[in-house]
Amino acid sequence: MNDNTENKNFLDIENLVVEYRSNDQTVHAVNGVSLKLEGGQVLGLVGETGAGKTTIAKSILRILPDVSARIAGGNIELEGKQLFQLSETEMQQIRGKKVSMIFQDPMTALNPVQRIGEQIEEVVSLHNRGNHEDHVKRAEEMLEMVGIPKERYREYPHQFSGGMKQRVVIAMALACNPDLLLADEPTTALDVTIQAQVLDLIAELRKKYHTAMILITHDMGVVAQTCDMVAVIYAGQILEYGTKEQIFDHPSHPYTIGLFGAIPKLNVDEEWLHPINGLPPDPTNLPQGCPFNPRCRFATDECRKKAAEMMKTPDGHDCRCIHIAEALKGE
Amino acid sequence: MAVPEIRNKHRNNSEMHRVMRQLKKNKLAMIGLVIFAIEIIVAILSPYIIPYKYNAMDMTSVQKGPSLVHLFGTDELGRDIFSRVLYGGQYSLTMGVLATFISTTVGMLIGAVSGYFGGKVDNIMMRILDVIQSLPNMLLSIVISAVLGSGFVNTIIALSVNGLPAAARMLRAQIMKERENEYIEAAVSINCSRSRIILNHLIPNSFSPNIVQATMGVASMISIAASLSFIGLGVQPPIPEWGAMLSAARQFIRQSPHMVIFPGLAIAVTVLALNLLGDGLRDALDPKLKN
Repeated sequence: MNDNTENKNFLDIENLVVEYRSNDQTVHAVNGVSLKLEGGQVLGLVGETGAGKTTIAKSILRILPDVSARIAGGNIELEGKQLFQLSETEMQQIRGKKVSMIFQDPMTALNPVQRIGEQIEEVVSLHNRGNHEDHVKRAEEMLEMVGIPKERYREYPHQFSGGMKQRVVIAMALACNPDLLLADEPTTALDVTIQAQVLDLIAELRKKYHTAMILITHDMGVVAQTCDMVAVIYAGQILEYGTKEQIFDHPSHPYTIGLFGAIPKLNVDEEWLHPINGLPPDPTNLPQGCPFNPRCRFATDECRKKAAEMMKTPDGHDCRCIHIAEALKGE
Repeated sequence: MAVPEIRNKHRNNSEMHRVMRQLKKNKLAMIGLVIFAIEIIVAILSPYIIPYKYNAMDMTSVQKGPSLVHLFGTDELGRDIFSRVLYGGQYSLTMGVLATFISTTVGMLIGAVSGYFGGKVDNIMMRILDVIQSLPNMLLSIVISAVLGSGFVNTIIALSVNGLPAAARMLRAQIMKERENEYIEAAVSINCSRSRIILNHLIPNSFSPNIVQATMGVASMISIAASLSFIGLGVQPPIPEWGAMLSAARQFIRQSPHMVIFPGLAIAVTVLALNLLGDGLRDALDPKLKN
């Protein structure tokens, strides 16, 4: 995060700031997020609802609603190309082709009156030359690849279960062999067994095509299963960033520690859950200083005055907290 | 991982087939559909099946009541009313269907663009439609027909303008609801163009209320067309448009009521049939509205 000199990164998000405006309010959704991702890697974005995870993903594709959202600053570089400086036509080469997105709710992410095969074919035909038959063949191939018999090409979304719809969505997202996959809570709407299947399927296809992925989730279990790198997002900022092992073995930010503490343990008989007290801050009115300070038990006056810089933890990952030592010790 | 293979008996499980199945269960709607279909077929075939020419006069039998020779009787010039009603169906039905088709298509395009883009575009378009809608329907048709002059094509234009605002507003409301769905966002993320999103994704998901409205619209178009002819602005005599026939016959309503009854009945039956069909379609398209 600290040296920007080398440029070998596949995806490089630099100090991204995104705001939403409505009438007289400004929602500070993303406040200076910097991320790096190497080709083929999986980055997990973890955080509570409203932390700005989805907004980050949509900024990469530049599909934020243009009426209300504004990218107020920062830079996103994909394979050395500055995405915010590309024209709309150049952007078309990226959307759906180089970068594609899997949406949260498969129930609504498919057009209910279009045959599922045609929906996959649409992506293919938008980005590839060739005639209709080739596109249909590719769409059929994709269906088979996600485990749906191609005989069901001409069926409609309402004839599919939630898990199968999500497979179709995955097939659409991967139909053009993207280099980067943005998975926005791909398993939230599914039950646990289907969740495992879908994650396996994504992992398998990703390995096959060497696709990098940003996985947005609030499920630590999913992160543990899939990710290489983890970024913990809170109020539009990265609070902690490191490899999966670093974050899981040595969570250093009080927020991350709280998140892990909130997961009920199977081997201990506990009557109560241990949530983090309080609520995420109102993004129209962020607290001064560290955004987590009202809920943090280590908070001092210094935290309330000035937001912390990114620091290095003892094991070498990034953490935005001035009380790392206390937090690591516990009480 | 393996998905059990499922052979589908209903290969065509599309929304349209579901609606058709639903519609077939509704007897009244089917009656409406059959009546309207018969009317259209008869109107198309009328030049070949009518017993007399529509404008053939026979001064020896003037204003005769219904008989076996003249099923619906004759008018003041001895023309066969049965032949005239059948032949006139061509004009009345064409005007109704065509005017509805034009107003629905154009109205839907306006509504879709306006609903999708919102903001200024929406505001400008809706204010224009406000102006159209601020005039009562009938008055607007009269004004347009008066400006453009009477005649078949001008009447269709007058009727079409009339139907625009309702069609546009209806689709606009649906589109505004539909565009918030995630699949529209998904379509943007795979790089669909705006026109493609509107035509391929938004309209097919939002136009069912417009179908119902159009079906009912044909009925009201036919009656407005008849009213225009009645006051002498629509299609002119001797063309046997139903409204024009009514208009011409009204001075004889006391001596020979059959001259008014049969064209009037033709209009009433058509309007009724279309309303029945429209009701049935509405139920079939939107199960929530039932009961």
